[in-house]
Amino acid sequence: MIPTQWYLVVSVAMLACGVAGLLLRRNFITVLMSVELILNAANLNFVAFARQLGDLAGQVFPVFVITIAAAEAAIGLGIIVQLARLKATVALDSVKEMRG
Amino acid sequence: MEFLVAHFSQLVFAFLAAMSLVGALGVVLLRQPVHAALSLLASFLGVAGLFVLARGEFLAAVQVLVYAGGVMVLFLFVIMFVNVRAAHKEPQYLRPLVPAAVVGSLLFAALALGAVWALGGRPADPAALSAVAGEQLGNTEAVAWLLYRDYLLPFEVVSVLLLVAMVGAIVLGAKKREGERA
Repeated sequence: MIPTQWYLVVSVAMLACGVAGLLLRRNFITVLMSVELILNAANLNFVAFARQLGDLAGQVFPVFVITIAAAEAAIGLGIIVQLARLKATVALDSVKEMRG
Repeated sequence: MEFLVAHFSQLVFAFLAAMSLVGALGVVLLRQPVHAALSLLASFLGVAGLFVLARGEFLAAVQVLVYAGGVMVLFLFVIMFVNVRAAHKEPQYLRPLVPAAVVGSLLFAALALGAVWALGGRPADPAALSAVAGEQLGNTEAVAWLLYRDYLLPFEVVSVLLLVAMVGAIVLGAKKREGERA
């Protein structure tokens, strides 16, 4: 029997990788991939708690999360394509006109 | 050999967890976006395996179809389409890594300790994850009952969201014609 804690630790480690990539990477495409990692970590948590509590609702919400992740990837990649047309680069620090 | 048999599910879990986490690390560490994307694919497949171990067979299938199939193809397509080779001289990261690594490891340690300490008790009976109104059917069928009965409204709202995302992606991706305003 695998303890639920193991799942949680894997999920936390994956979240850490995702946040690190999100905050540090310079390439816009890999930043989007890091967001997918974070959402995957959340899904892993949902499933682990569904197993711990015997409540199937924890396996329904990941379906929504996966849908939203797909939508987010489509929009984000559309923005990347436009950025590459405009600037011929996908480096995040090339887009700082708005001083954000 | 007896150890292998007795701890089979733990060993499979360890393998899948290692696959997911090495893949996740690869996304952060690898320089070329194509390599990062393939590493992300390994991570997705590892997570799908972990779903199977946690009795989420339907979710594992969705994970493989949507993530490893759809989203990865989208990513690889855009990487090939944009075709910006990361120059080897350019920095790979935005900020100096050492302070970020220290803060990040502390945060990770705190979260992991919290996760380990907060939870006690054994997992519930796994039969609950494939039962509909007390009757054993199957994981997919049980999820479907819940999705179309109790969570019908969120399900429909998410489908509208997908439509919006589709229209948005087309608007973003389309080339502007002559004389057309943004």
